[in-house]
Amino acid sequence: MRRFSHLRKSVAVVGTTLAILVLARITTSQIPTALPAHTTSALTPTALLSQPIADSAPNAAQLRRGQYLVAAGDCMSCHLRNGGEPLAGGLGLKTPFGVIYSANITSDQQTGIGAWTSDQFYQAMHDGIGTHGKNLYPAFPYPWFRRASRNDDDAIFAYLKTTPAVNYTPPQNDLPFPLNFRFMVKGWNLFFLNTHDFHTDPGQSNDWNRGAYLVNGLGHCGGCHTPKNFLGADKSRHEFYGAKLDNWVAPDLTSNDRTGLNGWSIDDVAEYLRNGRNAHAGAGGAMADVITYSTSLMSDADRHAMAVYLKSQEPSPKVAHAPPDSGAMRRGAAIYSDACASCHLEDGVGQPRFFPPLGHSAMLQQADPVGLLHLVLAGGRIGTSPSRPSPLTMPSFAWKLSDNEIADVATYLRNSWGNQASAISVSDVYDLRKRLDLEKVHLTANSGDRD
Amino acid sequence: MTTTLKPVDAVLVGFGWTGAIMGQQLCDAGMNVVALERGPWRDTPTDFATGFAQDELRYMWRHHLFQNVTYDTLTIRNNTNQEALPMRHLGAFLLGTGVGSGGVHWNGQIWRFLPSDFMTKSHNQQRYGKKAVSDYDLTVQDWGVTYEQLEPYYDQFDKLCGTSGKAGNLNGKIQPGGNPFEGPRSNEYPTPPMIQTYAPTLFGKAAAELGRHPFPHPTGNLSEPYINPLGAQLGACTYCGFCEKFGCGNYSKASPQTTLLPYLMAKPNFTLKTECEVLRVKLTADRKRATGVTYVNSAGEEFFQPAEMVILSAYVLQNVRLMLLSGIGKPYDPKTGEGVVGKNYAYQTMSSVNVFFDDKILNPFIGAGALATVIDDFNGDNFDHSGLGFIGGAYIAGMVTGGRPIEMIYTPEGTPDWGLEWKHAAAKNYLRSFSISVHGSCMSHRGNYLDLDPTYRDIYGRPMLRMTFDFTENEHKMSDYLTDRAAEVARAMNPREIKLNRRKGSFSIVPYQTTHNTGGAIMGESPKDSVVNQYLQSWDVSNVFSLGSGAFPQNAGYNPTGTVAALTYHAAHEITTRYLKNPAPLVQS
Repeated sequence: MRRFSHLRKSVAVVGTTLAILVLARITTSQIPTALPAHTTSALTPTALLSQPIADSAPNAAQLRRGQYLVAAGDCMSCHLRNGGEPLAGGLGLKTPFGVIYSANITSDQQTGIGAWTSDQFYQAMHDGIGTHGKNLYPAFPYPWFRRASRNDDDAIFAYLKTTPAVNYTPPQNDLPFPLNFRFMVKGWNLFFLNTHDFHTDPGQSNDWNRGAYLVNGLGHCGGCHTPKNFLGADKSRHEFYGAKLDNWVAPDLTSNDRTGLNGWSIDDVAEYLRNGRNAHAGAGGAMADVITYSTSLMSDADRHAMAVYLKSQEPSPKVAHAPPDSGAMRRGAAIYSDACASCHLEDGVGQPRFFPPLGHSAMLQQADPVGLLHLVLAGGRIGTSPSRPSPLTMPSFAWKLSDNEIADVATYLRNSWGNQASAISVSDVYDLRKRLDLEKVHLTANSGDRD
Repeated sequence: MTTTLKPVDAVLVGFGWTGAIMGQQLCDAGMNVVALERGPWRDTPTDFATGFAQDELRYMWRHHLFQNVTYDTLTIRNNTNQEALPMRHLGAFLLGTGVGSGGVHWNGQIWRFLPSDFMTKSHNQQRYGKKAVSDYDLTVQDWGVTYEQLEPYYDQFDKLCGTSGKAGNLNGKIQPGGNPFEGPRSNEYPTPPMIQTYAPTLFGKAAAELGRHPFPHPTGNLSEPYINPLGAQLGACTYCGFCEKFGCGNYSKASPQTTLLPYLMAKPNFTLKTECEVLRVKLTADRKRATGVTYVNSAGEEFFQPAEMVILSAYVLQNVRLMLLSGIGKPYDPKTGEGVVGKNYAYQTMSSVNVFFDDKILNPFIGAGALATVIDDFNGDNFDHSGLGFIGGAYIAGMVTGGRPIEMIYTPEGTPDWGLEWKHAAAKNYLRSFSISVHGSCMSHRGNYLDLDPTYRDIYGRPMLRMTFDFTENEHKMSDYLTDRAAEVARAMNPREIKLNRRKGSFSIVPYQTTHNTGGAIMGESPKDSVVNQYLQSWDVSNVFSLGSGAFPQNAGYNPTGTVAALTYHAAHEITTRYLKNPAPLVQS
């Protein structure tokens, strides 16, 4: 076969470059007369989490519960690396202290949890102790998982034992001295590990209690949405105030009327958890995976319960802001009209559930603007779900808008249509652009002229 | 060396509208499907984001989304007395490539053909006599499928796209505001019509004064946000005026990307391989059965993909060429009229009337691919053709697809093509002019056909496709008559002046006309005069299906995509309900 070096791409793109391209692996079988003759063995992460469990399994009810709880705990988001097999781990979690790689939790005997006992699993979930008594780093969210009941942990374990075994050892953690010594975690546990299990509050509704169990337990929402102290533990009395995370912001989930969920109804929250989008916002950043691998696969009743609980949080404190510079607002309005209005429309009315409206937007008014700036610089994709498979996407503007322009338009967005938040400085944009390695981008390769 | 891959249930050759629809239907039926697309992956935010999608130079003039004719093209001539030469620069039509293909860069004009369009031969013969369908060596045929059979599938496509429009005939009841000539629809359009801007409004008013029946163009540029039955979401069109030849960055043009891929790409039994060009379909020695396809990736490595079914879902010209290269069916011979593959190639007969005002500012840059007010009074057999000397017709549309600065500046009769005088005329008329489009049918003709070129080859050494085509007298008469009807409406708008752009002389590949190539793999009632049966299944090789406008025995006066999609759904329904249980010919010959 002749080779054609002038064809630009050397190998056929088999879709690996795009997260939404899901490839099927194929097995042969004998060919009967009728089609389909060739079955597939492909197991996508969402298929694993939603495939039916046969009644013939001796403990089918427990396995179904375990499968459901694996979704509720959002295990997949961390235990799936790019291009890897579901639950085989190997994803590098960038913590302020270093990179910690997620474990293989498939049923593999050598590298997964296949050889574990249910007591060992419970100990990991409850106390953060792995096999051989080793401390797990709290990047594994046992401080939340410990609120899950033993029954639930046993169901999760039983289910994980049925997942396809993947023989894979994740890389070594990349932690500096002395954090690379796992016994350091013992001290951390002493200080920060909540000592008691989950207790129902008889003064609250069943929904509220169920919501609290899910949100503070397997759901580990505070893992991202509660600010951390200098040792990476939850800041006390700041539950759900919102926090910075890997150059994104996990927004305020309290009932603060600017930055929190005050403008959202319980149904709005539940719809967001189901579809990854509602009349107010779309789920981007790390929340996109939470939608895809967790909340979209949960029951309406549980999503409602989580919403009831989240909506009951006391507001975080209000912060006053000086009015923004009128020049920045004027320039920002012009940039908005030119670059943003084609989707978000004039006056920021947006197309609710498609392209988020920008007025009275909690997302735009977060105290830390890094999420907004990240979105403008790098773009972002809304998490998909079985009910809403479209990965509606905000394109990157890093190649098009300068740091000054992004600062101006962000200031304008944060102070228009009912929004009020601190102005953005050019250095904020400059710093983030540098951190995201977007200093030298031009019009994307795909958009360039053909050779 | 050729690497043989693991067998699959079905392989799709080409991944535009038909491939994506068929892929979704087959995967939902549990089949294990692989799609091979010669072009690259294409994705809204990376390939045509709003920040750079509206770039006329890049997309329209440098053909960013189209087939690269330095690798592969076709040869063209007007008749068998000429030597066909390769098209080295895209012109009359713009061949798509890449995921979504023409479905990415189309205008979004979604039409249904008239009930009589499916019976071109029998209907016209009955009404106007035998001569009407045989004059000028016409070779028109009936389709072997009726509008009534296709209606549920037209409806399915409307629901997939969220088509914006106003029904004119709901279950036989004529509806005010819609097209009274259309076949009965089972349902209203999923979304309301687009807002008609000034020029289409003026057109509609003038047409109504003449006693015509104006209605808003049915469109896949959506008037409002829409969620389709697969859960896929389309946004509302912003009337930016960059549809045809461009991808839509707003998710507001129906395309495989916006309507099907979010759903299909998540299916574990579906695989897409891009930058993989299928060279030929492999048949058993008796040529009764396809065993799979041979393809080459962009590194030049060759593979054989075994498959139980081969679905040709590439563009019409590639489908016909692959059949000819693979020995599927008997090639058509224009001398004897024998054979079928390549027969009845047809096109679209386009003309237009430009309208210039002094006193009206039309703001043509507020546009969309199917933003138009239309009359259908002179399409198909909606009017009496007695004594006119032609069959067929056209819709006439007061259309503003955009005001793109290079392509869409209209200047009056007598204006030079460049220089100071042109500049003055352009500046004077840009905001005050628009174009009325006459979108005419094209009947099939004995001398118009497709075959393999004896001389020219592509980079893989395969013969290029050769197109032999010219407009016949039927088409010229039809087009002149229809252009005059458009001029009547233009004059009724009381403009300063109008300019008639008639379709004159022989077919030329130089000016862009439209990418509505049809025929060559035509459907019909018998293997004697067609390539595929009414389910688009090859009469000769029953596990090969050929989708797309190649199946049209002749082309009607509408954009083909709606009918292409309906035929695909129709075929898919028969495959999934009948063929899978018993993979055999679905129609006995």
